[in-house]
Amino acid sequence: MVGYLLHRFWHMVLTLFAMATLMFFLFRLLPGDPTATVISPSLYPKAQEAMRQQFGLDRPLFEQYLLYLRNLCVLDFGFSFQTNRPVFEMIQGRLLNTILLILPSMLAAYLLGAIIGAVAAWRRGGTTEVGLVFTATALQSAPLFWLGMLAILLFSIKLDLFPIGHIVTPGAFPEQDWRMYLSADFLHHLALPFLVNTLYQLCFPLLLMRSTMLSTIGEDYIELARMKGLSERRVLFGHAARNALLPLATTLPMILGWAVAGSVVIETVFSWPGLGLLMIEAISRADYPVAQAAFLLIAVLTVLGTFIADLLYGLLDPRIVYA
Amino acid sequence: MPTIILDFFRAVWRGPFGPIGLVILGLCLALAIFGPAIAPYDPVARNYDAAGKLLRLAPPSWQHWLGTTLLGRDVLSQMLVGARPALLVGGLTALGTVVIGVNIGLIAGYFGGRIDSFLMRLTDMFLGLPFLPFIIIVLSLTGRSLTTMVIAMTLVMWRSTARVVRAQVLSLREMPFVAAAHITGASDLAIIYREIAPNIMPIALVSIAFALAWAIITEASIGFLGFGDPSVVSWGSIVYDAYASQMMYRAPWWVVPPGIAIMVLVSAVYFVGRAYEQVVNPRLRTG
Repeated sequence: MVGYLLHRFWHMVLTLFAMATLMFFLFRLLPGDPTATVISPSLYPKAQEAMRQQFGLDRPLFEQYLLYLRNLCVLDFGFSFQTNRPVFEMIQGRLLNTILLILPSMLAAYLLGAIIGAVAAWRRGGTTEVGLVFTATALQSAPLFWLGMLAILLFSIKLDLFPIGHIVTPGAFPEQDWRMYLSADFLHHLALPFLVNTLYQLCFPLLLMRSTMLSTIGEDYIELARMKGLSERRVLFGHAARNALLPLATTLPMILGWAVAGSVVIETVFSWPGLGLLMIEAISRADYPVAQAAFLLIAVLTVLGTFIADLLYGLLDPRIVYA
Repeated sequence: MPTIILDFFRAVWRGPFGPIGLVILGLCLALAIFGPAIAPYDPVARNYDAAGKLLRLAPPSWQHWLGTTLLGRDVLSQMLVGARPALLVGGLTALGTVVIGVNIGLIAGYFGGRIDSFLMRLTDMFLGLPFLPFIIIVLSLTGRSLTTMVIAMTLVMWRSTARVVRAQVLSLREMPFVAAAHITGASDLAIIYREIAPNIMPIALVSIAFALAWAIITEASIGFLGFGDPSVVSWGSIVYDAYASQMMYRAPWWVVPPGIAIMVLVSAVYFVGRAYEQVVNPRLRTG
């Protein structure tokens, strides 16, 4: 087990290393001056020259690459073109905002999805099941950004129940410290993006729960439970659902990682100051150091999700043997 | 090959959702082909009323069934033209995804050993790549065009197909017909592509369907985020224009139709894909 864990961990480090490398070369493949991704073209030529020397950009590419890796290891992402502040400082708060939006919403989505999916399996063959499957498929097929816009149109503009976007009322917390996250204002702003994301994300666990439960119906232990004379409800919720929860739980970390990657969309619609929105803003302002760092951080979260999913899969299913 | 297509239609036609999906897909395909021809207006032309005033955010009327945009463009015409990029990008990406994914899965599963562990490590690496952010970075660095979009999306999407196909090949490899082929002296390539590959086709078709659904949504999301090809009107870019103009909440007729179109098209793809999967994958068959 420990061996497997180490193996997977090493694997994860390798993956991250490969991604950092990919980013290094991708950003230097840019048409035009490759140093434009590190030094703001808006600076005076002399200042640009000085920075080029300071950052070692006049050295060969390979040396630059080593320097880049070293800087990543000590979390030095350089300076933003836009604000001239260290990128790391800008990213910290954004990371927390993304996690606060995505994590509770995904947990809620999985919980609700599992329950509704079990109900759909219980009512198999009936109109409830058809209705649930149809609705979940339609919701899953709708673009998330569009669902968000419809929700704003309906709940914020027409009914005036929620604010249109942002994390708190602009100017309410000039210091942006921890008190912001404990305020009712924050929860009020979180509510709508949370609801939309949860509604959208619960379709996958719902459909998976239903199909896994339906596929266990032919298994021996279900047959046995039936023969014991248990009611259909006890058979399904006590036996089939419990076993179906296992494959469902193993998908959570990975889907969570993907949801972080997909947060660009929901954050854009709701002007939620998270990592995804930061990346989009940075790209549109050609603030490459920030864009690159935001991407790498999102990648770390996604890879971490896959890693945990793998471990969980092994932990929860005793049939898996670690080779 | 034709038999599998025939089997495909026969399988999908059985369920309640399959035929609905097929009909919608057919309609969308027709729209992608003829849409630009039947669009009543030039989708990017500004329209004026009888008095010569620009029709800014005009609500739906007999002249403009779905109203107009902030720049006085006809929403219905944009909708009709927008089907083509959605299906083109979606279709090409799905095709590319399956071609790469199936080949990698076949080679990894058949040869096993070092080749397998190298290819699977590669697949895992791609599995960790954040999907949308990666595509956006590539598009912003290499230029926004439909071609780049297809290449970037294919590059990230083959990973799931490869995994599914490999798992299937691992069990097919042990089948007697593969051993028989070995004895007759068939080469590895012949066994992979003549003996094993035909058995993979059903799974490949399922994966095409899911890749198509995913690609259409992604194309729209990229358009919405403003990274689509600037010269192409797509369903995603219509929503982006509305969003960027800050007028979207005053003009529901501008925002609602593209979302519905995407939703209906993607649902149709899912219906067809799942109906076929039911038949192909016996584990999903319910008694």
